[in-house]
Amino acid sequence: MDAFLHSLTTVFNALPYIAQGAFVTIVMVAGALSLGFLLGLPLAVAQVYAPRPVRMLVGLYVWFFRGVPVLLLLFLFYFGLFNVIGLDLGMIGSSCAVLGLASAAYQSQIFRGSIQSLPSGQFKAGRALGMTDMQCIRSVVLPQALRISIPAWSNEYSILLKDSAMCFALGTPEIMARTHFVASRTYEYLPLYIAAGCIYFLITLAGITLLRRLERRVRIPGCAAPDMTGDSAGGMQTGI
Amino acid sequence: MNASSPLLQVRGVSKTLGGRAILHDVSITVDPGDLKVLIGPSGAGKSTFLQCINRLIAPDEGEILLNGMPIDGSSTAELCRLRQEVGMIFQDFNLFDHLTAEANVALALRKVRGLSSDNAGKRARKELERVGLASRAGLYPAQLSGGQKQRVAIARALAMEPKVLLLDEPTSALDPELVGEVLAVIRDLAAGGMPMIMATHQMDFARSLATEILFMEQGRIIEQGSPADLLATGANTRTRDFCSRLIASESGKAGA
Repeated sequence: MDAFLHSLTTVFNALPYIAQGAFVTIVMVAGALSLGFLLGLPLAVAQVYAPRPVRMLVGLYVWFFRGVPVLLLLFLFYFGLFNVIGLDLGMIGSSCAVLGLASAAYQSQIFRGSIQSLPSGQFKAGRALGMTDMQCIRSVVLPQALRISIPAWSNEYSILLKDSAMCFALGTPEIMARTHFVASRTYEYLPLYIAAGCIYFLITLAGITLLRRLERRVRIPGCAAPDMTGDSAGGMQTGI
Repeated sequence: MNASSPLLQVRGVSKTLGGRAILHDVSITVDPGDLKVLIGPSGAGKSTFLQCINRLIAPDEGEILLNGMPIDGSSTAELCRLRQEVGMIFQDFNLFDHLTAEANVALALRKVRGLSSDNAGKRARKELERVGLASRAGLYPAQLSGGQKQRVAIARALAMEPKVLLLDEPTSALDPELVGEVLAVIRDLAAGGMPMIMATHQMDFARSLATEILFMEQGRIIEQGSPADLLATGANTRTRDFCSRLIASESGKAGA
């Protein structure tokens, strides 16, 4: 009983310190997701619509970032490339950049799949009205493709969040690193890692709930619900 | 603009897709007030031909002249201009699924014509009123019936003020009871003198309104003439033969 109380106290005392790590994790993941989105979207468009040499270059990028472990990427860029080219983004910045570059590869494939799932008539109709290809992509294709992408994108979010724990290896002061630091001094490994796990769990839940809400808000009225949870039947959806 | 040249002239269009010749040397001319009807079995190349006219499909050979001026297919600006002047209606509507009826009509007005959102919206509502859908302006395609969708598509094309309209089997994807409302809109357009090229299997419509019928088979126009000539009783034409089989199969379906 005493031991249990002691553990609780340790966790309780460490919480503010670990919570700061949670803040770092959230900033890092938000930054990486944004970078991945800003890079991944044009990559996807290029992979569908660009001429063959460009498509192959994009393919190469995706193949590289999907084919190499995140931990290796972190080391490769932080200790390797960034040093060689003299780029100093700091630890958080570097972690963010590497996770973002890797996420761009995954996100581009999410968006590519969505774009290719649209009926070709959508693009054709835009062209037939005299719109340029760029206008068709921006005003017709992407608004629909992005909606379809939300479920897969929320998956990417939850994976990236957990991949971010690997930045601990660089010494980035995020959840994992801080928990490890406290645990190795107090020897309260079990309760502290459980607490850290709970924090990851809560951040995942919050993000996924938010994205689910977004998905509902932008759902096209009259279209059947794309998810199979059965909590909202198709047909005339009035929005929530 | 040359007063003596036809509104739209398509000369010697050929197209090969995947090693198979889809179109052989097909030509058509459209003058003001014309309603040219393309008929023929499926796979005859009607749809490919129509899409070659506004160059949604680039023909291998042949040229398209608008008011006597040839269109340069390698110039994006010329293609966009051609497509504004030559509107198109598709068999499966192709409304933008994420936009309301009004926004469907307004989109190209904003993007291509550069109208403000306000003006484009006003204009769009006027066009929807013209096809009898003013009250549906705020609905999304998934909330409309097939006939309503096609009427929105027509409003969307008309909003660009095309000089010629291409209609690719506009009623073929519709339930039989919805065909009438769409044909009524097209009939109004014909009465208003809108030049059109229409691929259709609606023979009664063709018979009563076409200025010329072109019968296509295996990528060629094999017969063309006025409905009276091609469909006259006793006229020994492929067109008449095809139509009587079409009518026979229609009544067969009705009887079943």
